[in-house]
Amino acid sequence: MANAPKAHANPPFWRDERALRLLAQLAFGAAVLFFGYILIQNMVNGLRQQGTTLGIGFLQNTAGFDLAETLNDYTRSSAYIQAFLAGLYNTLLVSAVGIVLSTILGIILGVARLSSNVLVRTLATAYLELMRNLSLLVFLIFWYLGVFLKLPLVRDAINWPGNIILSNRGIGIPWGIPTETWPAFKLFLFGGLLLALAIIVIFHFQGKRTGKAPLAIVWAPLAFIAVAVAGWFLQPAAPLSLDLPAVQGLNIRGGRIFTPEFMALVSGLVLYTAAFIGEVVRAGIQAVSKGQVEAARAIGLTSFQTLRLVVFPQALQVIIPPLTSQYLNLTKNSSLAIAVGYPDLFYVSNTILNQSGRAVEMITLVMLTYLMFSLITSIFMNWYNARVRLVER
Amino acid sequence: MTKKLYPILGLLLATAVLLAACGGSPAPATGDAPVEQPTAAPAEVIFTTPSGYGVTLEAVQSRGNLICGVNSQVPGFGYVDADGNFSGVDVDYCRALAAAIFGDADAVEFRPVTAAERFTALQSGEIDVLSRNTTWSTLRDTELGGNFVHTTFYDGQGLMVREDSGITDIAGLDGGTICVQTGTTTELNLADVFAAAGVSYTPAVFEDADGTFAAYAEGRCDAVTTDKSGLVSRRTVLADPEAHVILDVTMSKEPLGPMVRHGDDQWFDIAQWTVFALISAEEFGVTSANVDSMMTSSNPEVLRMLGAEGELGAALGLSADWAYNIISQVGNYEEVYNRSLGPDTPTYIPRGLNSLYTEGGLLYAPPFR
Amino acid sequence: MSEAIMKPPLAERQTLLGWLRKNLFNSWSNAILTVAAAWLTFVTLRGLITWVFTEADWAVIQTNLRLILLGQYPIAQVWRIWVSMLLLSFLIGNSLSIWGKGKTSTRFTIGLVALLVALAFVVSGPSRTWLLAMGALLAAGWWLARGAGKAMRSVVGIGWVIWPLIFILLLRGFGDGGPLPQVGTNLWGGLMLTFMLTIVGIVFSFPIGVLLALGRQSDLRIVRWFCITFIEVVRGVPLITILFMAQLMLPLFLPSGVTIDRVLRAMVGITLFSAAYLAENVRGGLQAIPKGQYEAAYALGLSTTLSMGLIILPQALRLIIPILVGQFIALFKDTALVAIVGLFDLVGIARTVLAQPAFLGTHREVYAFISLLYWVFSYAMSYVSIRLEDSLGVGKR
Repeated sequence: MANAPKAHANPPFWRDERALRLLAQLAFGAAVLFFGYILIQNMVNGLRQQGTTLGIGFLQNTAGFDLAETLNDYTRSSAYIQAFLAGLYNTLLVSAVGIVLSTILGIILGVARLSSNVLVRTLATAYLELMRNLSLLVFLIFWYLGVFLKLPLVRDAINWPGNIILSNRGIGIPWGIPTETWPAFKLFLFGGLLLALAIIVIFHFQGKRTGKAPLAIVWAPLAFIAVAVAGWFLQPAAPLSLDLPAVQGLNIRGGRIFTPEFMALVSGLVLYTAAFIGEVVRAGIQAVSKGQVEAARAIGLTSFQTLRLVVFPQALQVIIPPLTSQYLNLTKNSSLAIAVGYPDLFYVSNTILNQSGRAVEMITLVMLTYLMFSLITSIFMNWYNARVRLVER
Repeated sequence: MTKKLYPILGLLLATAVLLAACGGSPAPATGDAPVEQPTAAPAEVIFTTPSGYGVTLEAVQSRGNLICGVNSQVPGFGYVDADGNFSGVDVDYCRALAAAIFGDADAVEFRPVTAAERFTALQSGEIDVLSRNTTWSTLRDTELGGNFVHTTFYDGQGLMVREDSGITDIAGLDGGTICVQTGTTTELNLADVFAAAGVSYTPAVFEDADGTFAAYAEGRCDAVTTDKSGLVSRRTVLADPEAHVILDVTMSKEPLGPMVRHGDDQWFDIAQWTVFALISAEEFGVTSANVDSMMTSSNPEVLRMLGAEGELGAALGLSADWAYNIISQVGNYEEVYNRSLGPDTPTYIPRGLNSLYTEGGLLYAPPFR
Repeated sequence: MSEAIMKPPLAERQTLLGWLRKNLFNSWSNAILTVAAAWLTFVTLRGLITWVFTEADWAVIQTNLRLILLGQYPIAQVWRIWVSMLLLSFLIGNSLSIWGKGKTSTRFTIGLVALLVALAFVVSGPSRTWLLAMGALLAAGWWLARGAGKAMRSVVGIGWVIWPLIFILLLRGFGDGGPLPQVGTNLWGGLMLTFMLTIVGIVFSFPIGVLLALGRQSDLRIVRWFCITFIEVVRGVPLITILFMAQLMLPLFLPSGVTIDRVLRAMVGITLFSAAYLAENVRGGLQAIPKGQYEAAYALGLSTTLSMGLIILPQALRLIIPILVGQFIALFKDTALVAIVGLFDLVGIARTVLAQPAFLGTHREVYAFISLLYWVFSYAMSYVSIRLEDSLGVGKR
């Protein structure tokens, strides 16, 4: 690829490599632009013939349909954009819950794959092989139609101890509802968070100065919990009152109800993604060479210290990049919610598309939103990679 | 690594600019303003309309068959069985149109389209006509770039519940869950009617009819809603049809009919007069059995319709015997109706509003003259 | 591994009890884990076996097997699929004997033939004859290619490139009359459509992906930026949005009157999606080639194109075969999404089967069977690829 310097000074421009390269690029760019222009022209012409134009103004129009579950105060008389946001929040919710749960399960699986116990190891491997060769879409549909819709009808709902109600309308669990002291309690929580952060920072500097760092990861959460508990009991009334789910009328009322759609989507995504995260974790742990552990033990670190100070930081360095892309995959895969009827970003956009007939605008909007997700992930990865590189030196 | 971000950023910007530029004007500030602005300049509309005149018929004739967008999941209207055969009144309309154009009711390719893609399929020219139990409404008739031809089935939205639930009206569904299909007027009517009645409910929204009714059958919902004709036909394929009742509630007017693209008036005329031929044939008592003897009828209008007198076919750009072909190969409206929705079928729906005006219904065709 | 060198005492190595003690019950915590895992295995297996053999009603699969496998492909034309399968068996036979290693390959071939013969006795009618013929051709292909030279290898290699095209052309047919009447893609469905989408995705995304990867490495700025944008945009969005774009927006981009059918549109979407991922994998391979190779090629006087085509690319591709197979397996599984845009692939067909009045509520049976099909074929692909890596020695240098 490297260019050798030319022997003679001024070749004619058709033999001058630089000119040719420039020409080739211009030709390519022109071809792409021309092609794109033709495509867009076709579209605009076609749309104009039918008397429609492109534009996102329609997002302000009244949506007119109801959504099954929303995190904002969307109603049928809200604008399309509100519906779109409701879908976006649902996607974020599913992704957040999915990421937390699949990470926990993934770590268990990854460690199990390295277990010295043959049975545990075999089970983990079998699970991995099962998941790796399944189609996620089929898996999700199976969870929805084959598991959560096969739960009993509301009137025959199963009551589990701890006031958990199982039915094919949803799974109800006890949940707290805010009382009048809740706003004050939120201040306590915020204060606790600040304290925890302060502890982390102070310990960090202390560790740098003295070489002996107390465990911030233990003390910071403890401080937070202490403040929270104090806030709970110091106030005249508890900030949350317990609300129990119960079958009432046609549906379950009270508590927090997880719909079968949400449950199916989250279970499917978590079980599927956890298998891949397990592999990431296993590879990360295996990447730390045995010599490191032995060396750490040789200088007298306890096994816990070895794990915390030697194995974990190095494994994390290997784990974080592929783990992030698994998180991104999970978020993108949550668009399969359409198959189980959960109103996520893609599904709601599809509904808007159908109701407004704005295919081009809606598809572009959805793609841009998902692109934003991956853009944010890329920015994080760049930041992380830069940081890790500095640490290495 | 960082470098690859710039093109994406650039693309985001470019698309935003494009969308904004194509929009023509900033979005209206209030939510209840209608669509952004009067679309193209009137001069252009005048220019584009004649340019489309006659192109569809020409394209269909040179292709040799009609491409018709239909439903494949609603028995009685558009349904495909395990062997790939299509049946239903919407399907028979396509066959009638093919008979009018080619004299051959089989010169039609049925293309099952989903609720989501039906309008795009029509806009893009993938299908020549959309005959897929589609409700006639303002936006669809204008913004979505189509023209409704004529109502072929007068319907209304209904609710189906389990008989043992004891629910008899909308108020009984308070706090319940209702299964509905996305992307339909049904979904909008449901929200409208329940909001107007002050009844709270939770929708469970699915992407196709099969999914909607499967969820209802599993007990995910207390009720399922769609056009009454759809409820009748889907009830027949539930495990125990007798265990479900259709409530005596009509939530909306649902005039269903075929739809064609904007911009080709000749094609619109052909599609429309095919419907009128079906209706008029029933009114005049012309059936597939007696159509040959009717060629010598004493009623001049029948003669004009069948092409034995006058040049009505040529005015439409078709052969003189276009209506004869429809009736001899597909039948009149009554035959079409009874074949798919009559008393002998599992999807029986009483004629009701879909009777001739002479019998108290709404079917009324302009004169053949 | 020190354990391997220091052999354990005879008693522990050979008795079952000793093995158990060493591997499962060597500490209290491990013993608890073992019991818990054994219990989990037992409960899962018992539940699964009870359901499969007593509770599930498999009539829905028996009745609709043809629909699930072939969609609505006309019965009179099914022979075309069988002929394609015969060719495929022959090719597999050839390849096993050329690239397989000694005894394993022999055993594998015998196993495959036995499987086909066994299947032949399960089914009835003409399918039995076809399956037997497949087994025979596989064996024949294996026998004929024994001790084959370089020429035979190239022939078989070319065969693998041509086969997908033959498959597609044979299934589609030409014109109305004649021996091969055209079968519209609206009749394609089931497992066959899933395969077709996968094959088209692989075959067409490969050249596009390689070009994109080269374009991304190119020092022509406009070309590079175009490739980067394409790759990153496609990789940044879910496949389902691309399929929707292909279904809903592609028709709008074309001049009025020009239409592409739905299956083809899905194929376009899948190909573009796969090409972007493939490009990144190829790029990884290109980056793994040491700089000395580039320099050596240049020193030989090869132009950029020649050195790329003859020296760098072949090595890079060889390096990433395992990754590519993994990607193709993912592609095979991802084709399921076309059901959402209304095509009748395995999942789409499953949905229509479930709408049949006689089989309402048999979701578990149908989706379990579909999952099994996906699983078997994905697993087979990854198994073959591991075998292939072993015998070719690819992936390790």
